[in-house]
Amino acid sequence: MSDIVLEVKDLSKAFEMPRSLFDALRGQPTRKLVGVDQVSFKIERHETLGLVGESGCGKTTLGRCILRLQQPTGGSILFEGQDITRASERDLQPVRRRMQVVFQDPYSSLNPRMTVRQMIVEALRFHKICSRAEEDAYLERLLKTVGLNIDAADKFPRAFSGGQRQRIGLARALAVQPAFLVADEPVSALDVSIQAQVLNLLTDLRDEFGLTMLFIAHELSIVRHVSTRVAVMYLGQIVETGTTDEVFENAQHPYTEGLLRALPRPEPKRRDRKIALEGDIPSPMNVPKGCRFHTRCPIAQEICRTKTPPLRQLSPTHHVLCHLRPTPDWNPAILA
Amino acid sequence: MSVKSVALPIRIRRFNPGAWRNVVAGWPLNLKIGLTMLMTIALAGIFAPVLTPYDPIIGDFQNALDPPSWEHPFGTDNVGRDVFSRVLYGARIDLQIGFIATYVPFIYGVALGAIAGYVGGWFDTLLMRLVDITIAFPFLVIIIVILAILGPGIQNMYIAVFAAGWTIYTRLARAEMLVIRQQEYILAAQALGYNRMRIIFRHAVPNLIGSSIVFSMSDFVLNILLASALSYFGIGVQPPAPEWGAIVTDGRDWLLQAWWISTLPGFAIIFTGVAASLIGDGLSKIISQRNTPVL
Repeated sequence: MSDIVLEVKDLSKAFEMPRSLFDALRGQPTRKLVGVDQVSFKIERHETLGLVGESGCGKTTLGRCILRLQQPTGGSILFEGQDITRASERDLQPVRRRMQVVFQDPYSSLNPRMTVRQMIVEALRFHKICSRAEEDAYLERLLKTVGLNIDAADKFPRAFSGGQRQRIGLARALAVQPAFLVADEPVSALDVSIQAQVLNLLTDLRDEFGLTMLFIAHELSIVRHVSTRVAVMYLGQIVETGTTDEVFENAQHPYTEGLLRALPRPEPKRRDRKIALEGDIPSPMNVPKGCRFHTRCPIAQEICRTKTPPLRQLSPTHHVLCHLRPTPDWNPAILA
Repeated sequence: MSVKSVALPIRIRRFNPGAWRNVVAGWPLNLKIGLTMLMTIALAGIFAPVLTPYDPIIGDFQNALDPPSWEHPFGTDNVGRDVFSRVLYGARIDLQIGFIATYVPFIYGVALGAIAGYVGGWFDTLLMRLVDITIAFPFLVIIIVILAILGPGIQNMYIAVFAAGWTIYTRLARAEMLVIRQQEYILAAQALGYNRMRIIFRHAVPNLIGSSIVFSMSDFVLNILLASALSYFGIGVQPPAPEWGAIVTDGRDWLLQAWWISTLPGFAIIFTGVAASLIGDGLSKIISQRNTPVL
């Protein structure tokens, strides 16, 4: 039985650029910046969806729309069966408890003027997680689960290193016992040596608490390590989605291929030194017609410049947004 | 629908003199000196009746225009009042003016600016245009106009200073809020479902108030000088109240015969001004290097 925690349907978020009074008087339309464009996906319970893409492709915006930290401009978000797209802040409160977030920047994600205890106890009391008498014990247990000592409780964030701060951020998110966690590039601001620690902690806690997770990252190797399914985003759209194996072993979209080729491989003999991806991501204020990727696609053809590509299905889980892939001779049997 | 009241989780720290001493040791020197100077003035005002036997208002015509002596350290004025007593009692009035004229607009301005910066929209637009309009008038002109309408006196002076003075704090707080509301700890607070007022006043304001506090110290000095100037024009504190500016004004007709009447109270103003400036410098140093605990 599938138990869908989060379902996103045609979610869009466009930012209106401020226009000058002069332009407004001339009746020029406001220019729009595409953040997220008609994205749909589902996340089942205990699943981790890895969301990858270059910076500026809308990953973070998508995560913040789901958390309702930004108001989407179209589509809908169903969380545990409840439509929260337009729910008021009051109606959202019980949902907020079920859905938490870990941020990217360990230096701006903790309030510099609050001690760890103040941060966490505030969340506990606000959501009435435990009685006041139990707070100290709860706090100690919580800090222990994220690998911190109770001594940390009465210190301010400035006393901690980046990795420790991420642990505190994680403790704050887990304090309200959420079912769903959005991890917005939780390790990309950390030293590589610390990344692994925090990542392992995150996956351990996910398994321990049975969390469902949306894991946003730009590093494929990390996503592969953490995710059960992967979605690749380009300029506000999901261009390929599938199980982790499908995407990593059988990438179809030229963009995914490009990203994978950019990964460093521990095989010095293999020298396919093709340049992985050329050029820059086009301006989200002026999205290319047809397939959005055609300006950088190594296999682009005429049709790609004019027609919007269809979403093709390779397996019940594997979808790709491309005119040319899978190629006609593609045989599903090779997967088996 | 009932509004849920949620107690703020404030943890009362037990007073620990050792820790307190450590905090003070971390303060910059100018903050320590400034605070000592300000404390001296405040104590002088509080203990004025103990420190001087003379009445600040009733004079002794027998001893008018006496130069400074052991009996009268700052001399006496034209109606025989002891200038030193008047300066000590004046500390009460001037410090009161400094605090009320500075910190009432401060609280109001910071609160409004923080709310405007956070909620944005029409409230922000409207408020900031109002600020622009208020700032467009010369500061002293608004105050004089308001005092001309309401009549002279210390309470009306507070009203006038408030009407003109809140704007700067609103601007400062709003500008800082625009930066802070993008910070991830504010997003985290939103994601936890906290209501707006809690986010603004508990999570954002402690982080944006620094620049306003630093500014308020120079505002403190300016307000004391302003009060003196208004007394000089005769629309501020009314005689015979011993306000420092008023004492200086009283003495100006006698400047050639009795220089001490204006000069020595002037030093009290300067002393307070330097104290407040030193405190402001010290605080800004602390705030700029966020690694030192403020309190």
